[in-house]
Amino acid sequence: MTSTALHDLGVAQLATELRERRVSAVEAAQHFLTRAKAHQNLGAFVALNEEATLTQAQAADARIAAGTAGTLEGVPIAHKDIFVTRSFPSTAGSKMLAGYQSPFDATVVTKLADAGAVTLGKLNCDEFAMGSANENSAVAPVGFDAPAPVRNPWDTHRIPGGSSGGSAVAVAARLAPAVTGTDTGGSIRQPASFCGITGIKPTYGRASRYGMIAFASSLDQAGPMARSAEDCALLLSAMCGPDPDRDSTSLDVPAENFSAKLNDSIEGLRIGIPAEFFGEGLAPDVRAAVDAALKEYEKLGAQLVPISLPRTELSIPVYYIIAPAEASSNLSRFDGVKFGHRAKNYTDLVDMYKKTRAEGFGDEVKRRIMIGTYVLSHGYYDAYYLQAQKIRRMIADDFQNAFKHCDLIAGPVAPTVAWKLGEHGNDPLADYLADIFTLPASLAGLPGMSVPAGFGESGMPVGLQLIGNYFHEARLLNAAHRLQQATDFHLRQPGGL
Amino acid sequence: MTSKLIHGYEVVIGFETHTQLATQSKIFSRAPTAFGAEPNTQACAVDLALPGTLPVMNREAVACAIKLGLALGSHIAPVSIFARKNYFYPDLPKGYQISQFEIPVVQGGEVSFFLETGKGADAAREKKTVRLVRAHLEEDAGKSLHEDFIGQSGIDLNRAGTPLLEIVTEPDMRSSEEAVAYAKELHKIVTWIGICDGNMQEGSFRCDANVSVRKPGAALGTRREIKNLNSFKFMQQAIDYEIRWQIEQIEDGHAIQQATVLFDPDTGETRAMRTKEDAADYRYFPDPDLPPLHISAQWVQEQRALMAELPRAMAARFVADHGLPEYDATTLTQSKAMAAYFEAAATACGQPKLASNWIMGEMSRRLNAGEIGIEQAPVSSAQLAALIARIADGTISNNAARQVFDALWNGESADVDAVIESKGLKQMNDSGALEKIIDEVIAANADNVAQFRAGKDKAFNALVGQIMKASKGKANPTQVNELLRARLAA
Repeated sequence: MTSTALHDLGVAQLATELRERRVSAVEAAQHFLTRAKAHQNLGAFVALNEEATLTQAQAADARIAAGTAGTLEGVPIAHKDIFVTRSFPSTAGSKMLAGYQSPFDATVVTKLADAGAVTLGKLNCDEFAMGSANENSAVAPVGFDAPAPVRNPWDTHRIPGGSSGGSAVAVAARLAPAVTGTDTGGSIRQPASFCGITGIKPTYGRASRYGMIAFASSLDQAGPMARSAEDCALLLSAMCGPDPDRDSTSLDVPAENFSAKLNDSIEGLRIGIPAEFFGEGLAPDVRAAVDAALKEYEKLGAQLVPISLPRTELSIPVYYIIAPAEASSNLSRFDGVKFGHRAKNYTDLVDMYKKTRAEGFGDEVKRRIMIGTYVLSHGYYDAYYLQAQKIRRMIADDFQNAFKHCDLIAGPVAPTVAWKLGEHGNDPLADYLADIFTLPASLAGLPGMSVPAGFGESGMPVGLQLIGNYFHEARLLNAAHRLQQATDFHLRQPGGL
Repeated sequence: MTSKLIHGYEVVIGFETHTQLATQSKIFSRAPTAFGAEPNTQACAVDLALPGTLPVMNREAVACAIKLGLALGSHIAPVSIFARKNYFYPDLPKGYQISQFEIPVVQGGEVSFFLETGKGADAAREKKTVRLVRAHLEEDAGKSLHEDFIGQSGIDLNRAGTPLLEIVTEPDMRSSEEAVAYAKELHKIVTWIGICDGNMQEGSFRCDANVSVRKPGAALGTRREIKNLNSFKFMQQAIDYEIRWQIEQIEDGHAIQQATVLFDPDTGETRAMRTKEDAADYRYFPDPDLPPLHISAQWVQEQRALMAELPRAMAARFVADHGLPEYDATTLTQSKAMAAYFEAAATACGQPKLASNWIMGEMSRRLNAGEIGIEQAPVSSAQLAALIARIADGTISNNAARQVFDALWNGESADVDAVIESKGLKQMNDSGALEKIIDEVIAANADNVAQFRAGKDKAFNALVGQIMKASKGKANPTQVNELLRARLAA
């Protein structure tokens, strides 16, 4: 095996190469570190620490030699900069946390390390995970002195999607075999779709939120992003599991081996097709790719069942009330008192608060803090927040009704392919509306994933969204894997790399 | 409800008490709660609100809430909700306090106590009951230290995350005396059931008093809230000052503005911290980091089994089993130690009412004078029981018994009978010797005898006094009465 081909291997293959000692963890780490720097123009990484990475790789090699290798032993991965890490700064893409050093690792980071994964670095994202294009990062990527766009490797003039934009780019450009992301309203699925990779957001509560810098607590969920469903299954198996001492919302559901049922037949699988996901807002190129993928499923023996998710449109206002409400409170701790940015000159305490937060937060974050503060205010709470919570429960009920008729639900991830950098400019609403197909599953707390389904306008990737019932991640991964056995979209790679 | 008026105004008081729970660790983290450590040494990542940290409920704090609910006859909510109270302050690390808002863990209940009214001959005791609205679990904030630094404030987050139960009453109290009596009773209960150390100086039991005044029959007046009353003495002073101040304001034609005030013990005055105009909008909403708090019937049952007999139940038992008046029973159950002392003494001597009288009278006077608790009393319950037995069997008079008690208290001797013997305090129960004295006194006081026979009862008492004096106090007064009456009637 030559080291130049290492980045073409999937997680499963690379883990085998490492375990059988055809390549060392140190060699693998060095290879990917070199690649990360060679393609730093893409803006995917915000932090590297070669010394820490190589130290971890050496320890992995020692465990392999000792015969105590974990499932991911020596596999280099990178983390979205929403996860706090001891060996790298943790910024959440914000000036507010520039250079912030966490004294502990997120549970997901620890769990992946326990499985043997080696951390390559931290990945760019929208500030506090707020955005659909990764245009809201306030942190300079590795190799840059100032914030710079994260570029989609399929067309570097286009956005990678967000908020896990750096994560999706790292996988698509083969700068890392697999990465972590977080999904609040679609932040794993949408960039995975835009960059032609595979990503899964598990059931809310499956993966611990401890050490994830909070955006919207009732929605935030960690998940893996990789080239294939098979690779995602390997990572997800290591990431999930109860964390009762650190996260009260983590569910008491044991960890599961998500790889076990990948190859099961999907003969007779009932796939629900929600009419509301195929309305006039859906771009024809996306529709064509999604339809083709659904045809493929029929060929594999699945059955397409028309269903309805009648409150799909309402998910946008509901989400953009609940998520900002929680965010406005979660971000109150960034006040310049204890850590992070503090304004240099101020006259008194209130002036310090105002200047610190005015300087430290970007426009989109401020916009959401203001929306959230407004909807929680006395006199507006009932009309906005409580009403939104009621509709949120109805949206969850709609899914349960749908699952009486189908085993999983399929549709587009986003209405269009990735747009041009700056195209949505000063129109945040355009970004919000583009979240319409990912928000419902987020609000219901259901697992959802994006699977490469083909290519649309200008050769840009299109993802197929699969949504399962609670704890049906294995079924989603099985359906995705079967599609990937029959297609090669997930194996294609952008040119110029 | 009848209530004392002050210058024609009725006083209305409600209480909010922050009770610091005696748990080992904080309400949502594993950091210790010990008082007095170096600043910021007892705050972990969760208490500092470091990015990525999340709260996890301490079950011990919930157990404390269950115990309080059981002690006060409250409804213990099977499901209650934690909410965020949002405001910015440097000693509030998250920018919000986790509390309970719409659905608290403890709902309703009541606190009953005796209020002493009048003085001297008019002294009376009135039973009062204050209804509770709720008690909710919440976390304490840290401390801002403004005095220790010049031109800067220090922040100590050791207290941040300390578990509190905030106990809220209806506006049921009608005087400062009643308010203080309520606070003392609540203090007794929370220390009795062991959920709070009760240390008011260290801030373990902090009261806020909502005070308003009104003309009888009028709607409730506008209230001002006196914050952080941490001694019973200041509580009374602060409320009395506030009542006078409010009445003066109204009499002078000024409306009362809703405000939060602080009591300054140096000046004896209250002064406003903030008025309603700059009151914050706390934007309460359910904390998405904490699922609803579920308390099963089984958990309540477990806590009930773990609890010692409550003061109310113990007092009721003292009434039923020992035939004590309710007032005695309530007074003796002011502390666990006093109740235990009483039970031991009463059982040993078989004279519960005498035991109660001695503990509430002679014993309490000395404990108060010496500022010690009954645990430190030099007279043991066994000694008191022995002393009471000697009164009951007529060996010594009450007066003589006080001398014996003195001797025991001062450590002159540990044995009751030895003291009686050495001091010659035994009552004269030999009727022959007594009759001789009576005859001598009658012979020497012919005037008094004549007056008595003319119908003046006072003359009889004078004769009794002479007889007691002649017996050097050893005569049994009851016996003296009987024999003298018989002799004079002859």
